Amino acid sequence: MIHSLFLVNASGDIFLEKHWKSVVSRSVCDYFFEAQERATEPENVPPVIPTPHHYLISVLRHRIYFVAVIQSEVPPLFVIEFLHRVVDTFQDYFGVCTEAAIKDNVVVVYELLEEMLDNGFPLATESNILKELIKPPTILRTMVNTITGSTNVGEQLPTGQLSVVPWRRTGVKYTNNEAYFDVVEEIDAIIDKSGSTITAEIQGVIDACVKLTGMPDLTLSFMNPRLLDDVSFHPCVRFKRWEAERILSFIPPDGNFRLLSYHVSSQNLVAIPVYVKHNISFREGSSQGRFDLTLGPKQTMGKAVESVLVSSQLPRGVLNANLNPSQGTYTFDPVTKMLTWDVGKINPQKLPSLKGTMSLQAGASKPDENPTINIQLKIQQMAISGLKVNRLDMYGEKYKPFKGIKYMTKAGKFQVRT
Amino acid sequence: MKVDEHQLCWYFYPTCFFPSELYISQCELYNDDMNEDLKEMLESNKESLKLEAMKRVVGLIAKGKNASELFPAVVKNVANKNIELKKLVYVYLVRYAEEQQDLALLSISTFQRALKDPNQFIRASALRVLSSIRVPIIVPIMMLAIKESAADMSPYVRKTSAHAIQKLYSLDPDQKEQLIEVIEKLLKDKSTLVAGSVVMAFEEVCPDRIDLIHKNYRKLCNLLVDVEEWGQVVIISMLTRYARTQFISPWKEGAMFDENNEKAFYDSESEEKKDQMEAKTYIMDPDHRLLLRNTKPLLQSRNTAVVMSVAQLYWHLAPKHEVTIVTKSLVRLLRSHREVQYIVLQNIATMSIQRKGMFEPFMKSFYVRSTDSTHIKTLKLEILTNLANEANISTILREFQTYVKSQDKAFAAATIQAIGRCATNISEVTDTCLNGLVLLLSNRDETVVAESVVVIKKLLQTQPTQHSEIIKHMAKLFDNITVPMARASILWLMGEYCERVPKIAPDVLRKMAKTFTAEEDIVKLQIVNLAAKLYLTNSKQTKLLTQYILNLGKYDQNYDIRDRTRFIRQLIVPSEKSGALNKYARRILLAPKPAPVLESAFKDRDRYQLGTLSHSLNTKASGYQELSDWPAVAPDQSVRNVEVIEPVKEWAPLVGKAKQRKSDEKFYSDEEEEKEEEGSDSSGSEDSSSSSSSSGEALCLFVCLKVYVFCLVTFILFRVTTPSFGPVKTYELLHHMTGKGLSAKYHFPRQPCLYQPSMVAVQVVLTNSSDHSLEEIHIGDRNPASLNLHCFNTIERLEPEASVTVSMGIDFSDSTQAANFQLCTKDDQFSVSIQPAVGELFMPITMTEQDFSKEQGKLLGMNETSETIAMATANTSSQAISKQVLSVANVGVVSSTQNDIHRFAGRTVSSGALVLVSLEMKESSSALLTINTEKSVMASMLLRDLKQALAQA
Repeated sequence: MIHSLFLVNASGDIFLEKHWKSVVSRSVCDYFFEAQERATEPENVPPVIPTPHHYLISVLRHRIYFVAVIQSEVPPLFVIEFLHRVVDTFQDYFGVCTEAAIKDNVVVVYELLEEMLDNGFPLATESNILKELIKPPTILRTMVNTITGSTNVGEQLPTGQLSVVPWRRTGVKYTNNEAYFDVVEEIDAIIDKSGSTITAEIQGVIDACVKLTGMPDLTLSFMNPRLLDDVSFHPCVRFKRWEAERILSFIPPDGNFRLLSYHVSSQNLVAIPVYVKHNISFREGSSQGRFDLTLGPKQTMGKAVESVLVSSQLPRGVLNANLNPSQGTYTFDPVTKMLTWDVGKINPQKLPSLKGTMSLQAGASKPDENPTINIQLKIQQMAISGLKVNRLDMYGEKYKPFKGIKYMTKAGKFQVRT
Repeated sequence: MKVDEHQLCWYFYPTCFFPSELYISQCELYNDDMNEDLKEMLESNKESLKLEAMKRVVGLIAKGKNASELFPAVVKNVANKNIELKKLVYVYLVRYAEEQQDLALLSISTFQRALKDPNQFIRASALRVLSSIRVPIIVPIMMLAIKESAADMSPYVRKTSAHAIQKLYSLDPDQKEQLIEVIEKLLKDKSTLVAGSVVMAFEEVCPDRIDLIHKNYRKLCNLLVDVEEWGQVVIISMLTRYARTQFISPWKEGAMFDENNEKAFYDSESEEKKDQMEAKTYIMDPDHRLLLRNTKPLLQSRNTAVVMSVAQLYWHLAPKHEVTIVTKSLVRLLRSHREVQYIVLQNIATMSIQRKGMFEPFMKSFYVRSTDSTHIKTLKLEILTNLANEANISTILREFQTYVKSQDKAFAAATIQAIGRCATNISEVTDTCLNGLVLLLSNRDETVVAESVVVIKKLLQTQPTQHSEIIKHMAKLFDNITVPMARASILWLMGEYCERVPKIAPDVLRKMAKTFTAEEDIVKLQIVNLAAKLYLTNSKQTKLLTQYILNLGKYDQNYDIRDRTRFIRQLIVPSEKSGALNKYARRILLAPKPAPVLESAFKDRDRYQLGTLSHSLNTKASGYQELSDWPAVAPDQSVRNVEVIEPVKEWAPLVGKAKQRKSDEKFYSDEEEEKEEEGSDSSGSEDSSSSSSSSGEALCLFVCLKVYVFCLVTFILFRVTTPSFGPVKTYELLHHMTGKGLSAKYHFPRQPCLYQPSMVAVQVVLTNSSDHSLEEIHIGDRNPASLNLHCFNTIERLEPEASVTVSMGIDFSDSTQAANFQLCTKDDQFSVSIQPAVGELFMPITMTEQDFSKEQGKLLGMNETSETIAMATANTSSQAISKQVLSVANVGVVSSTQNDIHRFAGRTVSSGALVLVSLEMKESSSALLTINTEKSVMASMLLRDLKQALAQA
């Protein structure tokens, strides 16, 4: 399946290569570089590139291209999903997935890649199993290893590998038993010029951090499970019980994991938490443009809208922007024409605004289109769909765990057309 | 690599300047130095130094630098105890073994030893590395290792062996046949861990051997949910192919495009009737249904590849009305990473051409965001265009209007094409679209204008009537348009419809004549075209202009234009040479032309299986397996029936064989069924004599079965091995002459007894050689009366020439005393006796050599019997010895590291006393045979038997 993997950085250098079968010359990446040159943006490189003898499937994350070399027919999603899993694992191990981190830990990276694939077919991708095979590097462990000569590599087959619950290792012990669940919802929306909603939907996830001793069996139930329209589960969730009773029943993995992602049915009206008043205009023949933006809260159920960040790609003709924010700071990058305004918290009494002028290239004609405005925001302690967890129970172990549930709403792809 | 050295060299010698030659030698020196350093470190005694060196070597490999020189130094460390060091050496070996084949062979013995390690993890990793070394010489060793590992106790090792199959196949395709055997065996494996890997090996090695799947089909379907996610993808795509060859089409004739027809709403009643009628004719194979049912929950998987593969399975296999369940999940995947979106959108694009209805409710999910990357935008546009119909077109067009203004001009151009497609597909909006496009002609951006012109041209061609206004408008704009393609398109329109715009066309030609030399090639070609057409229709006004243009074209630099000019001149200008063709010039040039069809780029992608690389590239990728059409008539369904319910895999071969043989026979004895299955149906037996006891018996059987299962578990725990194979000796129980036609033979199947662990299993074959049927065959009195015997159930009737195999259990209490009993028919009684050979009173066990020695140490003195025996020369090889010993006694082979000592271990069946046999080879074909056991009588008898067997040739 996967023949080789090349890691390419933003400047087009191959800084790591790994082969699972015969060695493939790195010159195969030339086809990739060609495609890269042709693409105007880094994201525009096509994920699948055919070459005379191989196929290149790449993903771009953290400004690193992970280029897999394939020789014959294989579902492309298989490879893409796997590459993303590799990135997730690196992130898990090293905290960040950057060129520097990979280069610093090249041995661990190699050991990981060796375990994750055998002959190009995924072998162990579950982070719990990998962590038993290869312990993540920490400062303390590195020090101990240099002194005692012990290693990061486990000698035994991970217990999870053979059990019916491959995601959980046995013999987990904690002094404080805790289980935290974060319900995070994201609103994807497109708002048109006049402020009416063109499309809006809510996607949510439940991320868990479970640190419980032994083999706990948890059940989590919702007050209003009918809200969930389409769900996808971590493999630990028993699908039958969800089908029958709308209860999440599972033996959790140890540590952090994504329990569930869901989509709230499109029949429900989506509450839009902010509104935008905008007036962006360019006059024909003048080298000035007006920019006027005001944000206000809307349908937030009394919760504060925080960490608001507005960004907009201004037309190419704009040379500079001279704006005046009523709160927060703004930056304008004259090269990429990206305007970002870090607003912070919205105070309903005093609405934040950004006003001023834009200077245009002399003689350039008026841009046809007004820029789109992207908004990011956070609302704590509220799931905008109204989803509520009813209760969490634990079976199979005797102790009393500490349980916590947190709700949050964020803007996903929230765009306002102007 | 060079760069680094440069820098380093300059760093070391910053002030000097060397001539290039000297400089290179310095580099090499430095390179050698570094390798020397590493070599020294690798050869040092300190583990930490070695490890450090290996880490640096791996760093070199990762950067793609050549570290092959260090091979001898590295390979020495392959047997090192330090596991991390060992792993890094493995990494190195796998990378360079191909280049240094001879040296790589040095490491092989280490792996062979590790393959026998008690730690499954070590066994597995040894196999992994051994099979990854691509050295053709070791193919036989790999083959042997794969075969052995495929029968390993640990599923993890078996999984590894499935991976090794593919590696060996790519190294040496000649091994195919043998590998297929291993695949066949592994396909039977019940472990979820193995399933994915072995199917992968199947796909790689023998994807056409669909017959291997039959028996495992249901098992694979049932295991699917528990298989790891990557295996699921592979299994699902294999099963898709399988199902297309084995089941008949669930798609009703003519219902293919039902959803696109909007009539269903009004005459739904009649539709339903039709449905019912058709439902009667088509009944889905239960196995087909099983596959659909078991894959459905996987749509909820977090792995996008799994969801996609289930979606394609439903698309290719499910009845049309069931396919819609995948929609939501596919739309959900659009929230994932950019690359995932790209692939999923491609597949949706293909689906949405055939099945608009599937995605129409989710239309808004395909609205384009300014942050999407260009190829995502284009794909979304494609899908929106596919989804457009009379009802939603106005919404879609409004959305398109926003896109046209996008700053991403390539995307804006794609939108214009999409509008063109909507306009041709939905006649209601053609005029609106045309007007919109005409407005775009005054856009400031060239690409937008050019694209609009091209699209308008295509639209006008589809309905050329009453559009002279638009053509006039375009002629007016002509001066401002600079994009060659657009100019060429307008000129073509002028020429084609010159009779509709009789005044403007010659004027345009006049302008063109002025600028001819400055135009692009495609524009020039169209000018020549326009001139020719005008010459034919309006020669009075344009004759001179045409001549002028043709002259210009004659001396053009581009030979295409020169050729075209010459051709046109001959065609239209009458002269002596032009002859007959000239008469038809008008009909040739001004023939009505078919309108271009604007269709989706994804129109014909459905010839590829969805979700595949080939589909994504729209070309056939190497190794693509064609999805076959449904067979017209369903192939035999019974091939998937699995008759054998294997109690536990270890015993599978024997039970399977015995059972199949029986089922061939006319009489299928009830007892057999009962004890091998679960005995639940025994209460239904019709016979009066047995029915009174049958329920009690059923209970008893149930208990027995429990004991049996328990035994199996303990056997596995203590690693009691498979019964050793050997020729099965059959003994006569009753000759047909004495039995008045009833003859009986028995043999020891060497299986653990089903009824009680202390019993020895005996299989009796009863044959009726008489000319009349025998009734009520059963077991009568036994002698001694205390004999613990499990009888077979009464056989009601045995037809002439028929035979039946029954099993019974006898507790011999570890003695070779014969078991005497009476075999009765309805009319007669025959005394028979079963005299077991001493070797049949054992059960084999496995133990390690160390355990063997330890146990042997406990059984000395009185418990040891030994003798020097003469060996037949043919029996000196270890295989021959094992064969002979196993034929005599049911014991297990203990793997031995010494060549001249052979060890066997067993337990007595009744009391479970250990029996240890060791055979130490001496010179001149003699050997010392030692038996250690508490049962000294049995020991001496066994010694006698073995002595006899080994002396025979």
